[in-house]
Amino acid sequence: MPRKGADIVIEALKEEGVEIVFGIPGGAIMEVYDALYRDGGIKHILARHEQGAGHMAEGYAKATGKVGVAIATSGPGATNLVTAIADAYMDSVPVVFITGQVPTHLIGNDAFQEVDIIGITRPITKHNFLVKRIEDLPLIIRQAFYIAKTGRPGPVLIDIPKDITQKLSDVKIPSLEEVKESLPGYKPHLEGNLQQIKKAIRLMVEAKRPVLYLGGGAVQAEAQKELIELAELMKIPVTTTNMGKGSFPEDHPLALHMLGMHGTYYANMAVYNCDLLIAVGARFDDRVTGKIEEFAPQAKIIHIDIDPASISKNIVVDVPIVGDVKIVLRRLLEELRREAVKILYPEERQKWIEQIEKWKKRYPLTYSRSDKVIKPQYVIEQIYQATKGEAIITTGVGQHQMWAAMFYKYSFPRQFINSGGLGTMGFGLPAGIGAKIGRPKREVFVIDGDGSFMMTMQEIITAVQYKVPVKVAIINNSYLGMVRQWQELFYDRRYAEVDLSVQPDFVKLAEACGAVGFRAEKPSDVREIIEEALRIQDKPVIMDFHVDKEENVFPMVPAGKSYREMILHDGKKPIEAETMYLVG
Amino acid sequence: MADTLGSSQLSTVKAPLFREVKKGEVRKHLISLTVRNELGVLARIAILIAGKGYNIEGLSVGETHEKGISQMTLEVIGDDVVIEQVVKQLRKLIDTLKVKDITDVPHVERELALIKVYTATPRARDEVLRLVEIFRARIVDVSPETYTVEITGTEDKIQAFIDLVRPFGIKEMARTGKVAMKRESTPQEED
Ligand SMILES: Cc1ncc(C[n+]2csc(CCOP(=O)(O)OP(=O)(O)O)c2C)c(N)n1
Ligand SMILES: [Mg+2]
Repeated sequence: MPRKGADIVIEALKEEGVEIVFGIPGGAIMEVYDALYRDGGIKHILARHEQGAGHMAEGYAKATGKVGVAIATSGPGATNLVTAIADAYMDSVPVVFITGQVPTHLIGNDAFQEVDIIGITRPITKHNFLVKRIEDLPLIIRQAFYIAKTGRPGPVLIDIPKDITQKLSDVKIPSLEEVKESLPGYKPHLEGNLQQIKKAIRLMVEAKRPVLYLGGGAVQAEAQKELIELAELMKIPVTTTNMGKGSFPEDHPLALHMLGMHGTYYANMAVYNCDLLIAVGARFDDRVTGKIEEFAPQAKIIHIDIDPASISKNIVVDVPIVGDVKIVLRRLLEELRREAVKILYPEERQKWIEQIEKWKKRYPLTYSRSDKVIKPQYVIEQIYQATKGEAIITTGVGQHQMWAAMFYKYSFPRQFINSGGLGTMGFGLPAGIGAKIGRPKREVFVIDGDGSFMMTMQEIITAVQYKVPVKVAIINNSYLGMVRQWQELFYDRRYAEVDLSVQPDFVKLAEACGAVGFRAEKPSDVREIIEEALRIQDKPVIMDFHVDKEENVFPMVPAGKSYREMILHDGKKPIEAETMYLVG
Repeated sequence: MADTLGSSQLSTVKAPLFREVKKGEVRKHLISLTVRNELGVLARIAILIAGKGYNIEGLSVGETHEKGISQMTLEVIGDDVVIEQVVKQLRKLIDTLKVKDITDVPHVERELALIKVYTATPRARDEVLRLVEIFRARIVDVSPETYTVEITGTEDKIQAFIDLVRPFGIKEMARTGKVAMKRESTPQEED
């Protein structure tokens, strides 16, 4: 039956199982909004800025594993999405962005609200499409979803000129088979080569000091069961990146927590001294490796990743295995069991575990406590306890993000949602709203910085409108804290433009928006407020924690330096070179 | 250090302190691509290469015998390691069907150049004509002042010709960029 292009959009979205979309309407996309309205089957969340809509779609996708959808109009609507698109690209988040475009005959004429969003987003999308014929519309939408969620996931943008949404066509919605056939150049590699898997097993058997290093790909693959089994079976300690948190439970005895720039002493020591590093869905980012020449300097490396272009990009790998992390791990475990392999050096392996225990005892993650001022780490610990470790946490970018990574212990995939690759301040609140909408039964805490919060704080109104009870904990240090920390450590305390002491009264702001606001100024307020917030389930809450202003994030490996130059929590004492020793 | 080492059951050994970092040679690479002729495919390829800080030195594109499928040859000067990465990323593009760095693979390559040479004197006309014959090139346009020469061949051949006519003065020149194809059989003599 002939129907408008806009109706085809809705039909195809429903075919993909889309239940909710985030966006803001405007001239070029009005037909699609009209179709949404007439259809009534897809819920729409009206954000207050398109960047917010984009991060909401990301938060939804990161929390659920489903494809998120964000919609905007042409021109400024589309450009406002750009940060969220780049963010989704860097963190491999499956989001389909739909933008309106000026009518086909006006494209290229500098028409009102025309912008070449296809050109702008080419380097930050997995793929993008300009729809030129209405007959292509349903296929393009299905291709977009297929591309976004398969292989290494990522954002896909569809730009639809207004006349295409108005024309009539009786084109059918293609089947998934037809979609796959229409993309001959796109064949994600899933299986993992058996020969390579056998080589990997050989290395695991022969290793004396192995470490598993898990990244975002391990979260995406939802391979926690397999990873626990592998770690336990082969007695391998496990460290995760910021993006990999939740892929392995952090309260597990083999957990080393985070590695890298703000990694734990024991994780970094283990990686520095290991003789086999098994990277799973990780990409050897510079925030992880520090100085690459001194990263795990004596280790052989196994790298399991779905993206062939990630392998040997930053580091030379001994055994690359391209494939879906979960499928590869299953085959690897099958092989291990089938061949009933035994560790070659059980004694050394035992000593390795014991050594790591000693490192854990020597420098656990810690901070100097206080009963006078609120320590930011204390707030995170209290949130952890009050939520029994079961909340989903989203964050902004800065010190608070690192404290949230360190002092909350994550136990399930998709529990820690932050902007790892792009480092987008303002990600926390909208992502938290998206996550809460996707996982309504979970408590969602946005652990935000005062600076980050102010970048997208208008979305609190969105949360009020849709009764999304996210809990925003502002770790308020009146500073662009992370920048201030670098200025303190590397620029002789010249605090250039990091003072945020002029800021709104966040409690009043919450009230003005129809949310609830609390403030904590002393340590004894902290837990009380959190408990209070947990009782509110029909609107968002903003908790304004006035924390120690000049607290720093430690341990820290200065950018581009070796792990040997790690600074510990007292801040003064770089580890002596000799203490980073190599064991044999 | 003792407490780090624990009871020092673990012996300290001399191990490499530095990881080997792959570094390649910088040279000209010839990349052959089969692509779907979709909107923006060339832009996507160009962005990817520019994103590595490299310049495209030569480029040729044309339809193949199959409808909607184009063959492309790219010349890029770059580090072997980075180019390997570029090739992997090019393969990931949705609209590329085949991507291969054929620099070190036996292949046939050809380029066409149009060169407008100043030939105002009889001596110049004679000399250029002679060179054209030797190089099996062709004169495709004549004016009182100039000859326009069409020459096809390998990069070396075309370069040699250009070097020889340069003293007469080149008014204009256009080159197609290379087209290249992997050889099917064992390498044969190249003309
Ligand atoms: C959009 C954006 N602009 C600038 C930066 C650079 N930046 C990184 S951390 C930071 C400070 C963040 O301040 P705040 O949100 O208050 O967090 P804090 O470090 O104080 O916990 C800045 C400005 C960024 N990451 N993102
Ligand atoms: Mg701050």
